[in-house]
Amino acid sequence: MNSPRDFGPEPSARPVAPLAAVNDFVVKFANVNGSGSASANELFAKSILRMGVPVSPRNIFPSNIQGLPTWYEVRVSEQGWLGRRGGVDLLVQMNPQTWEQDLAEIEPGGYLFYDSSRPIPLSSFRDDIGIIGMPITEICNRTYSDSRQRQLFKNIIYVGALAAMLGIEPAVIEKLFGEQYRGKEKLLDANVKALHLGYDWAKNQGAPCGLRVQRADRVGDRIFLEGNAAAALGCVYGGATVCAWYPITPSSSVAEAFQKYCQKYRVDPDSKKNRYAIVQAEDEIASIGMVVGAGWNGARAFTATSGPGVSLMTEFIGLAYFAEIPVTIIDVQRGGPSTGMPTRTQQADVLACAYASHGDTKHVLLFPEDPAECFEFAATALDLADRLQTPVFLMTDLDIGMNQRLCAPLAWDDSRRYDRGKVMTALELEAGTDFRRYHDVDGDGIPYRTYPGTHPKRGGFFTRGTTRDSGANYSEKGPDYIYNVQRLLKKFDTARGLVPQPLLRESAEKTRTGVLYYGSTSPAMVEAIEELEASGTLLDAMRLRAFPFPESVRQFVLSHDQVFVVEQNRDAQLRSLLVNELSLDPARLIPILHYDGTPITARFIVDAIGEQRRGPNVVPLKEHAA
Amino acid sequence: MTYHAKPKLHHPSLARNAVGLTRRDYEGKVSTLCAGCGHDSISAAIIQACWELDVKPHRVAKLSGIGCSSKTPDYFLRNAHGFNAVHGRMPSVLTGANLANRELLYLGVSGDGDSASIGIGQFVHSIRRGVNMVYIVENNGVYGLTKGQFSATADQGSTSKRGVVNADQPIDLVGLALQLGASYVARGFSGDKQQLVPLIKGAIHHRGAAFIDVISPCVAFNNHAGSTKSYEYVRQHNEAVNRLDVIPCRSEISVEYPEGSVVEVEQHDGSVLRLRKLAAGYDPTDRAAALNLVLAHDSRGEVATGLLFVDSAAHDLHQHLNTTEVPFNRLDAAVLCPGAAALQRINEGLR
Ligand SMILES: Cc1ncc(C[n+]2csc(CCOP(=O)(O)OP(=O)(O)O)c2C)c(N)n1
Ligand code: SF4
Ligand SMILES: [Mg+2]
Repeated sequence: MNSPRDFGPEPSARPVAPLAAVNDFVVKFANVNGSGSASANELFAKSILRMGVPVSPRNIFPSNIQGLPTWYEVRVSEQGWLGRRGGVDLLVQMNPQTWEQDLAEIEPGGYLFYDSSRPIPLSSFRDDIGIIGMPITEICNRTYSDSRQRQLFKNIIYVGALAAMLGIEPAVIEKLFGEQYRGKEKLLDANVKALHLGYDWAKNQGAPCGLRVQRADRVGDRIFLEGNAAAALGCVYGGATVCAWYPITPSSSVAEAFQKYCQKYRVDPDSKKNRYAIVQAEDEIASIGMVVGAGWNGARAFTATSGPGVSLMTEFIGLAYFAEIPVTIIDVQRGGPSTGMPTRTQQADVLACAYASHGDTKHVLLFPEDPAECFEFAATALDLADRLQTPVFLMTDLDIGMNQRLCAPLAWDDSRRYDRGKVMTALELEAGTDFRRYHDVDGDGIPYRTYPGTHPKRGGFFTRGTTRDSGANYSEKGPDYIYNVQRLLKKFDTARGLVPQPLLRESAEKTRTGVLYYGSTSPAMVEAIEELEASGTLLDAMRLRAFPFPESVRQFVLSHDQVFVVEQNRDAQLRSLLVNELSLDPARLIPILHYDGTPITARFIVDAIGEQRRGPNVVPLKEHAA
Repeated sequence: MTYHAKPKLHHPSLARNAVGLTRRDYEGKVSTLCAGCGHDSISAAIIQACWELDVKPHRVAKLSGIGCSSKTPDYFLRNAHGFNAVHGRMPSVLTGANLANRELLYLGVSGDGDSASIGIGQFVHSIRRGVNMVYIVENNGVYGLTKGQFSATADQGSTSKRGVVNADQPIDLVGLALQLGASYVARGFSGDKQQLVPLIKGAIHHRGAAFIDVISPCVAFNNHAGSTKSYEYVRQHNEAVNRLDVIPCRSEISVEYPEGSVVEVEQHDGSVLRLRKLAAGYDPTDRAAALNLVLAHDSRGEVATGLLFVDSAAHDLHQHLNTTEVPFNRLDAAVLCPGAAALQRINEGLR
């Protein structure tokens, strides 16, 4: 058997002091895709959570299914920072293919934990890190005869060893096993056994590591889930009955989660029949077509997709805008085109969605910051689509969608009713209420509609794009067209007051510098603000949660000399939208852009703002008065 | 093209059907198509079929793509909701609408450009899903609305009005529908209303994907010598393989035919399709036989018309998806929303 130090340099030779940290470090797992590591890594993250210490894990995976590298990065932060930190303090290296690149990421003084079953030449190590080799394969081969078990339990064994090294209580992990394998005693026992194999080994070896997990009480009642699952659940709660979709990373798990929740909550207990329909369409054009058809016919419907899908949907999106049909689209954004970076995150569909389609179109966008808002905004999107009779986009991204994130518990008020918008009923039609499909009766730009089949004589109309008058009769007359598209603008104005409003976080002292951000930038931004504040840079911060922008956004920009707009795309897309829609002076809006496909970090924001900031940090009020 | 409302006064002698409506009540706006366009005859056949079957017009949803053919839903069933969608994508809109409310009758009207060219993917997939619908393609072999370009159903060797010869192989939507598992497949000719009306009626009574290809000459761009979709050509090459009578479930089967020449097919709703066989030995419940018949006629330059195939026990998309009987658009939060207590439990499982 190898000793942990057989193939590494002596720790005493390290030129850099070993890192020491309690509840504040980053562990990165380098694994091989398809090796069963995902659930073990999740177990590791969850066990730290159960010790009351916030974690934020992120999957970093290339577009492959099996045999290729995949990474899982866990940030442990008692302070509760959930953004990606950058850098790695402890690398769990289970994939020799990526040895070199992974080792290079370790912070000086950090640690490498690896499978030492096969000798690795001395020259492959760094001398400024601590090295812990564990003969994992050897232990597995000795313990298990079944090849599948040998593979799977490797993962549990390293979790056990890490628990010993970092001070994670094995009882916590055992409890998690108990929940996972309820009723499957054999599996439970086998996992507990593997855990202790690893744990005891590391305890006996005294594997030296300065990183510690210590019980705290910083998690509270928060929950831990992926944005895609949360959005799907929001669609269940929001009353969606039709889901039409076409598989595309990173959005597929929305439809899959919708299916899972519907099987649980949407089957009529008496008839055993489904109160939902999910169609995996032949492409995104058909997906959106089905959503349009269902919305037209009075059922709540949604599709989930990513950028390439939105591109295919744009003709229909324009029709739905002009024909005024409720549509909900969940866009889980990713990098680039179809052969772009499907497994990387970006906020790069903002303009494509805001102005999707031909003709004069613009659309409502919602920007959730985390899974809790994915849930809430999905239900809101379904309400808004009905209220406004228009397409509504839920703009999430891979970072929120496909990673488990600590967030507020999901909340639902049982007194909440679905807002089905202005739908004229058979009774109203029978009573002779004036019905003109595209007439602005209430002055808010929103007309009344009827569901097909409502009344034998009244309320029927022919749906088409714009060649019609306010009574839905065929018309190519200029004034009819203008009335119609002006009313659509008025409707968009109405939307400003109905969408989730921006949230303002004012600096402790008055400042002339502001920052605007949205969506998955949120956790990194919150951390950056504190860091900047600590170093004397004061910022008023506004988190945008929807487009069209309410008046408060313009006021915010006008009341600051300099406003940073932090986004995860190359072209400062939201900034363009702000300039275009609010007629703002572009010079006031300074783009801070992160777009390499990895989630933005607080470090990046702090550095970028530090470089760009002009003038003194604080403008004392008395100086102003003088 | 004139555009004016028709006088609403009904002639007292106009007969009323079982739901108290006259034929006029099934009409729509005045057509804006060219005089003599085959599509208008198909609209008339739809009106006739719906009136004869006592269909309540407002319980029909009319959906179409883009084209002259796709404009026609405005010209019949004025009290029904209509949807002129995007080019080639009627099937997906119809599928979604059908999922939202299974109680209406879904009538999809499309053109050969709409369904065989740009929209062939949606045609294919809506049929293989078994969407419960009547899908009519008004097939003239050209793009009428964009002024006479060949569509994908134009026969190889046929000439356009400008003298261009079509070199590409045609797509036969009937053959395709048969292969895709359509459970009711028919071909008609807009110039033969006697045959067409019962074909539409049979499709309305059918549960599942009912497809009717109707040859419908375009007098403006495809009615010249050298065209295989002209009135002249189809009249000469049309071979009706059977004549259909549709007997709704409540009527007695009284018509008598000579022994051996009739096939009766009972549909799921109890209605009976009675087929007078014209082609000897042809069995419309045999999918392979139907395909053979279509191919054999094709190779002779003939058009086989009539009810080519029917599977009266077919299942539709709602059955495949096991959806509730109550239309989705009538379900409310009380049955759709799992509620705060369930969410509480979900939260607990996520810690
Ligand atoms: C995306 C798109 N491309 C092109 C068109 C132009 N266009 C309108 S109708 C039509 C062809 C219609 O042909 P068909 O479906 O055979 O109908 P017909 O007019 O012959 O009845 C085309 C190409 C369009 N409306 N949309
Ligand atoms: S162009 Fe052809 S298809 Fe269009 S209306 Fe005229 S005859 Fe009919
Ligand atoms: Mg045509």
